[in-house]
Amino acid sequence: MAVSRVSATEAAAALIARLQSVHGPLLFHQSGGCCDGSAPMCYPQGDFQVGEQDVYLGDICGCPFYIGKAQFEYWRHTHLIIDAVPGRGSGFSLESPEGMRFLTRSRLYTEAEEAELAALGEPPTGDVVVEP
Amino acid sequence: MQYAQPGQPDSKVQPKSRYANFIGGEWVAPADGRYFENISPVNGKPFCEIPRSNGQDIERALDAAHGAKAAWGRSSPAERANVLLKIAERMEQNLEMLAVAESWENGKPVRETLAADIPLAIDHFRYFAGAARAEEGHLSQIDDDTVAYHFKEPLGVVGQIIPWNFPILMATWKLAPALAAGNCVVLKPAEQTPWSILLLMELVGDLLPPGVVNVVNGFGVEAGKPLASSNRIAKVAFTGETTTGRLIMQYASQNLIPVTLELGGKSPNIFFEDVFARQDDFADKALEGFAMFALNQGEVCTCPSRALIQKSFYDDFMEKAIARTRAVKQGNPLDTDTMVGAQASNDQLEKILSYLDIGRQEGAKVLTGGERYRPGGDLDDGYYVQPTIFEGQNKMRIFQEEIFGPVVSVTSFSDAEDALSIANDTLYGLGAGVWSRDMNTAYRMGRGIQAGRVWTNCYHLYPAHAAFGGYKHSGIGRENHRMMLEHYQQTKNMLVSYSPKAMGFF
Repeated sequence: MAVSRVSATEAAAALIARLQSVHGPLLFHQSGGCCDGSAPMCYPQGDFQVGEQDVYLGDICGCPFYIGKAQFEYWRHTHLIIDAVPGRGSGFSLESPEGMRFLTRSRLYTEAEEAELAALGEPPTGDVVVEP
Repeated sequence: MQYAQPGQPDSKVQPKSRYANFIGGEWVAPADGRYFENISPVNGKPFCEIPRSNGQDIERALDAAHGAKAAWGRSSPAERANVLLKIAERMEQNLEMLAVAESWENGKPVRETLAADIPLAIDHFRYFAGAARAEEGHLSQIDDDTVAYHFKEPLGVVGQIIPWNFPILMATWKLAPALAAGNCVVLKPAEQTPWSILLLMELVGDLLPPGVVNVVNGFGVEAGKPLASSNRIAKVAFTGETTTGRLIMQYASQNLIPVTLELGGKSPNIFFEDVFARQDDFADKALEGFAMFALNQGEVCTCPSRALIQKSFYDDFMEKAIARTRAVKQGNPLDTDTMVGAQASNDQLEKILSYLDIGRQEGAKVLTGGERYRPGGDLDDGYYVQPTIFEGQNKMRIFQEEIFGPVVSVTSFSDAEDALSIANDTLYGLGAGVWSRDMNTAYRMGRGIQAGRVWTNCYHLYPAHAAFGGYKHSGIGRENHRMMLEHYQQTKNMLVSYSPKAMGFF
């Protein structure tokens, strides 16, 4: 599949690898709202319950990435690029003691990507995704 | 005037090099002996060390709170009210010190902390002192011989997780009602802004019986999670964002305890054409109301970050609104003339810049600002963003996510029905503003907007005794009002029969 809804930068990939070595399999959930809203939250798999109100956007570095279904409706026209920057604190996300923080950057899909995504149909919700 | 930076000889406040947790009325080093550096966003440099606590420290704080809960829960409303009044008085005597510290900690202008954050916190303690005294149970007469008495009892020990945008004020919003209702608290400040709450405890800790308030610092995953998931708390209160809000509810569901959540918004600020019917004080006030998006650098859950302007006067209004925004004075937060200071952290700065990027990609037009701001000198590494106005439409990401920066997204509407439809086209419902000289329009808009607080011909007022809380994804509960006491209470019903006669079943 050429088109993807979410990807990771090298900095994010390095941080994910470090966290995986400490915490094992991870998942991401895109947050919204105030304070650390808009931050992608990273948890050990099984810690955060995903369900039919969550859309599965794809994997980054072996970690499934989810966003709430209602939020996805407002974000669906953008590809998410998960980056990592120096920072501190983002709810209970695993990376904050590392002095780093995941950050969601975004870009618009190209027309070709839009067509490909339309052909793929709706992405699955969290309750039907088989763990990788 | 300009206040000296904390730590300088002539400053109002001298930070220690290292702090401890406040547990059981004492300053206790973290169990693991680990610390993290606390950075001032004003210059991007560390200035003190804060405990990097873990589950052991949380357990120690819970031990202290459980040890104190019986006596504090039985204390008379007058005793509790007097403690809150003394806290308020002590804060008032040290207002300037707290205001300078809060500015240094968070990056917000001292003009705001002097006039808003700290005075509001002081008033909040006084309000809940009054609410505690005025609190009444009630009784229901079931029939001539049977009476139902309803007593209000404290929950016991509660957990509170505090955000970084108003560290002292948000801690106060949670502490004051919890204490007034007779609860003991374990509180975790945000790891971005842990210091000023510790200063507050240094100031008022001796006024509270040991164990009634315990403050444990650390990272969310290491200290917040053991607190929120503990089976030794009777309730958890959180202000922050939606994913963590869900996680906290998930933990609470495992312990079958209640939560209150305040999770932010994307508040519309709506201006009808009659605002400019005359160029008078009211028109001027409305323009200030527009510029309120920059208050506290936009780091307010109710930031009026969407402005909806009626088409018929859009150009006229925006010309003046842009001028008003350009007149905002940005720079050193410790200068009393500064209106917009620094964002609270580097990651916050990065996030705002990422939104300025996606806003441009989506075709929104930058009407002013749009860049990082470098104040010069030793503040150049601080986290500053220019007040920014985007023009676009409501389906853009910058209209749908709380950027939490000094950024407003502006669009136009044709009539009240159109305004309402745009205003409610959002996941959130915390705040809203309506500006009109026609009170019928204002009333209908206010009732139609799905948000917990609709400022009408004003914005960003946070008086105690006006309920504050969210609709939709913005959360659960109402703070800032005596109704918050109920979120920290159990109801005990004693159903009493005054009849000597058997019921007749057996």
